[in-house]
Amino acid sequence: MMERLTGAERQIALMICVVMAIVGLVMAAAGRGDPMGSHGAIVLIAAGIVTCFVLRAIGEPEPAEDRTTSYYDDPTKAGLVIALFWAVVGMGMGVWVAAQLAWPDLRFDAAWSSFGRIRPVHTSGVIFGFGGNALIATSYHVMQRTSRARLAGHVSPWFVLLGFNLFCIVAASGYLMGVTQSKEYAEPEWYADIWLVIVWVVYFVLYIRTLARRNEPHIYVANWYYLAFILVVAILHIVNNLAVPASLTGAKSYSAFAGVQDAMTQWWYGHNAVAFFLTAGFLGMLYYFLPKRAERPIYSYRLSILSFWGIVFFYIWAGSHHLHYTALPQWVQTLGMTFSVMLLVPSWASAGNALMTLNGAWHKVRDDATLRFMMVAAVFYGLSTFEGSFMAVRAVNSLSHYTDWTVGHVHAGAMGWVALITFGSIYSVVPLLWKRETMYSWKLVEWHFWLALAGTVIYVFAMWNSGIVQGLMWRTYTDSGTLAYSFTDTLVAMHPYYVARACGGALFLTGAILAAYNVYMTIRHAPEKRPERDYPTSSEATEPAVPAAE
Amino acid sequence: MFRKILSPFARLFEFHARTHYRTERHSMALTLGIIVAAGVGGFVEIAPLFTIDETVEAAPDMRLYTPLEQAGRDIYIREGCYACHSQMIRTLQDEVDRYGPYSLAVESQYDHPMLWGSKRTGPDLARLGNKYSDDWHVRHLVDPRAVVPESVMPQYAFLLDRTLETESLPDRLAALRAVGVPYSDEQIDNADADARGQARPDTDAADGVSKRYGDATSVRHFDGQRDRVTEMDALVAYLQILGGLTDAAFANQPPGED
Ligand code: HEM
Ligand code: HEM
Repeated sequence: MMERLTGAERQIALMICVVMAIVGLVMAAAGRGDPMGSHGAIVLIAAGIVTCFVLRAIGEPEPAEDRTTSYYDDPTKAGLVIALFWAVVGMGMGVWVAAQLAWPDLRFDAAWSSFGRIRPVHTSGVIFGFGGNALIATSYHVMQRTSRARLAGHVSPWFVLLGFNLFCIVAASGYLMGVTQSKEYAEPEWYADIWLVIVWVVYFVLYIRTLARRNEPHIYVANWYYLAFILVVAILHIVNNLAVPASLTGAKSYSAFAGVQDAMTQWWYGHNAVAFFLTAGFLGMLYYFLPKRAERPIYSYRLSILSFWGIVFFYIWAGSHHLHYTALPQWVQTLGMTFSVMLLVPSWASAGNALMTLNGAWHKVRDDATLRFMMVAAVFYGLSTFEGSFMAVRAVNSLSHYTDWTVGHVHAGAMGWVALITFGSIYSVVPLLWKRETMYSWKLVEWHFWLALAGTVIYVFAMWNSGIVQGLMWRTYTDSGTLAYSFTDTLVAMHPYYVARACGGALFLTGAILAAYNVYMTIRHAPEKRPERDYPTSSEATEPAVPAAE
Repeated sequence: MFRKILSPFARLFEFHARTHYRTERHSMALTLGIIVAAGVGGFVEIAPLFTIDETVEAAPDMRLYTPLEQAGRDIYIREGCYACHSQMIRTLQDEVDRYGPYSLAVESQYDHPMLWGSKRTGPDLARLGNKYSDDWHVRHLVDPRAVVPESVMPQYAFLLDRTLETESLPDRLAALRAVGVPYSDEQIDNADADARGQARPDTDAADGVSKRYGDATSVRHFDGQRDRVTEMDALVAYLQILGGLTDAAFANQPPGED
C-alpha cells in the first residue's frame, strides 16, 4: 500500500507513527485506571499497525512512476474498503439497537451492551465511520478528476484517512466504556475532539492545495460542496465541543455551555451536522457521480449555484426547530421555523437539478441499478427535506417531536438519501479505481438495490406509524378531561412497529453485506480493463472533468 | 405585469450567478464566502442568548447539585439515559398535565451539558424527583420489567455492586466552577467526603453535607445498603433531585398551549 511513497515520504510517515506511538504511551500511562488509559493503548496499537505497513515498504526500491501522468488513488481505495467495513458494523449495530427496543432482553446482560451505550455506536458508526470514510475517499477521487491534477501530497491523504479512523475507533470504543459528552453526534470526549481538529486542518490544506494545482480555470460544483463540508464541520465541531476536562489524566469533561445556551449551541451543531456532514458532502458525490454515470451534463449550472448558496446560508439558522415549545426564547424558535421552511427551495432545487439531469437517460435508469441507486437517492433527498421543512413548523413539531416520527425522518434521509447515494457512487467508482471491466456481479447490485429500497420503505413507514400513533396518544383526553393513555399504553402500541423496523433494518443490512462481498470479489476476480483516459492533463478534450453540455 | 415584478429577481439571480462564476476561480474567495454565509445565522441566534437578560429567569432559591448528585448525573450521562429520556417539559397543556409545570430555562442554568434530550422512548424525567420512593427506583433500575412489565428499559443491576469512585469529585467540581457553576472552595475541597456522607446519614461526614448544601438536602441510604456507597446511591440521589433545584416553575405559571 505504501510502496508508492518515496523514501523521504516513508520516513515522514514513520516519524508520524513514532510520535503517535509516544502519544499513545503517554495517554496509557497517565490515564491508568481511567478509560483514557485504554484509549492510550488503542492509539499505541493503531500506531504500531501502521508502522508495520510503512516498515514493510521502507526497504522497497523507490517508486518508478511518473507522478505527473497519473492520479494517486491508493488512499481512495483504502477509504472505500474501510467505509464498507463500517457500513456493516454500523448498520449491524442499528439492527441490534432496533431489536433491543422490540425485545429488550436481547443483550448479554453486560454493562457495555445496554441501549444507551450502543446507540451512539450505531449513529457514529454509520455517520462518521461509513459516511465520513465514503466522503473522504470520494472527495480524493473527485477533486483529482475535476481538477485534472494529482493529489497535493502523498503522506497527508493517508494521515487524514487513517487519523479520521482512529477518531472513529476511539469514539466507538469509548461509548462502550461509557465515555461520552452526551451531545448527540458530538459524543467523543475532549482528546478525541482535539485530534479530529488536527486531522481536519490537514484535510482542508490538502483540499486547497490540490485545487490550487488544477488544470482547469473553474472549480467544479462538486468541490464547492466538499469544501463547504470541510469548512463548516470544522467550525461546528470546535464551538460545540468547547469543554473543560476534569483532569488531564481522565476522559471526563464538562461543556463550556449550560442550559438554554448549551441547547442552542448543540442543535446549531446537530442540525448542521445534518446539513454539512449528511447533506453537503453527499451532494458533492451526487453532482459528480450522477452526471458521470448518466453521461449527461448537469441540467442547470445556475440552479446549482443558487441552491449551493441557499443551502450554506439558510441551514445555519434552522437548528432551533429542534427546540420548539422549550425554554428557548420564542423569537429564536420562530427564526428557526422560518428559515427551515425557506430551506425547502434550495433543497428541492438540488433534487430537481439531479432528476432533470436524468432526462433523456431514463432508459439507463431502468437498466442500470447503479444509476437507479442515485436516482432514488435524489428522490429520497427531496422527500426528507420536504418532510423536514414540514416538521419544522411549530404546530406539526408539537406532534412529531420526541416521537418515532423524527426517527422515521432521520432514516428517510440517512438510509434513503445518504446510504443510497454512497452505494451508487461506490458501484460506479470501484471498477474504475481497480481497473476492472465492471462490478463482479451486476445481479448482486440489482439485489442490493431492491433490498435497500424495501428495507428503507419498511423502516420509514413503521416509524411514521408508530410516531404519529404515539404523538396522538400522548395528547388524547377522555371526556372527563383527563389524559386517556398512560405512557406504558403507548409502549404496547409501539411494539409491532418496532418489530417491523428491525426486519426492515435487517433487509437493509443484508444489502450492505452483499455490497461488501461484491466489491471484494470485484477486486479479486473481475476481468481487468485499463481505462483509456483518467490521468492528469491540461487538455479538456482528452479528459473532460465531467460530461459537458453539447 | 408578472414579468415586471419578476425582473428585479431575475436580474439579482443573474448578478449572483455571474459573481459566483468569477469567485469560483479562486478557492480562497470561495472559502471566505462559505465561512461568512455560514457564520451569520449562528451568530445572530446564539450570541444574544448570552447577553439578553430575559433569556434565563431569576430564581434566588436555585441550589447546586451536591457532589453525590453530580456523580449520579455523570453516571446518567455515562449510561446514555439521555438517549431515551428527555428532561424538558414543553409548554403544551398535555405535557403539563402528564409531567407537571413546564420547564424553565433557569432550571438547567447549571447543567453542563444540558440533558433536554430529543427522543422519549421512556417518559420525561424533568420532574421525577420525589415522585417515587428510593426503593422503587432501586428495584426499577435492577429489573425494570419486574416493576413495569411493558417496559423496554435495560436493567442496571450492576450499579448496586459498584463502589462509587469519589476521589475525582473535587477535580470535577473545580472543572464545573471553571465553566461557571458557583461552587465555593470549601465545597470543592470537601467534595469527596460530602459525596460519601450524603449516602451515610449515621456518620460524621453527613453533617458537612447539610452545612454546605442546606438543611433541605436529602441525606439517606439511597440504595438501602448501609455499609457502602455505590453508583446506585449516586444515581438515585440524582433522580430524586430532578426538578427540585428551584421552585420557580411552580410559582403561578401561565397555562400551557393546546
Ligand atoms: C440497517 C439499517 C438501520 C437500522 C436498523 C437503524 C436503526 C436505528 C435505531 C433503532 C435507532 C434508535 C432510534 C431510537 O432511539 O428510538 C437509530 C438512530 C439513528 N440512526 Fe439508524 N439505523 C439504520 C441505518 C442508519 C443509517 C444508514 C444512518 C446514517 C447514515 C443512520 C443514522 C441514525 C441516526 C442519525 C440516528 C439518531 C436519530 C435521532 O436521534 O433521532 N441509521 N437507528
Ligand atoms: C430541508 C431540510 C430539512 C429540514 C428543514 C429538517 C428538519 C428537521 C426537523 C424539524 C427535525 C425534528 C427536530 C425535533 O423535533 O427534534 C429533524 C430531525 C432530524 N433530521 Fe432533518 N430536516 C431536513 C433534512 C434532513 C436530511 C436530508 C437528513 C439526513 C440526511 C436529516 C436528518 C435529521 C436528523 C438526524 C434528525 C434528528 C436529530 C435528533 O433529534 O437527534 N434531516 N429535521
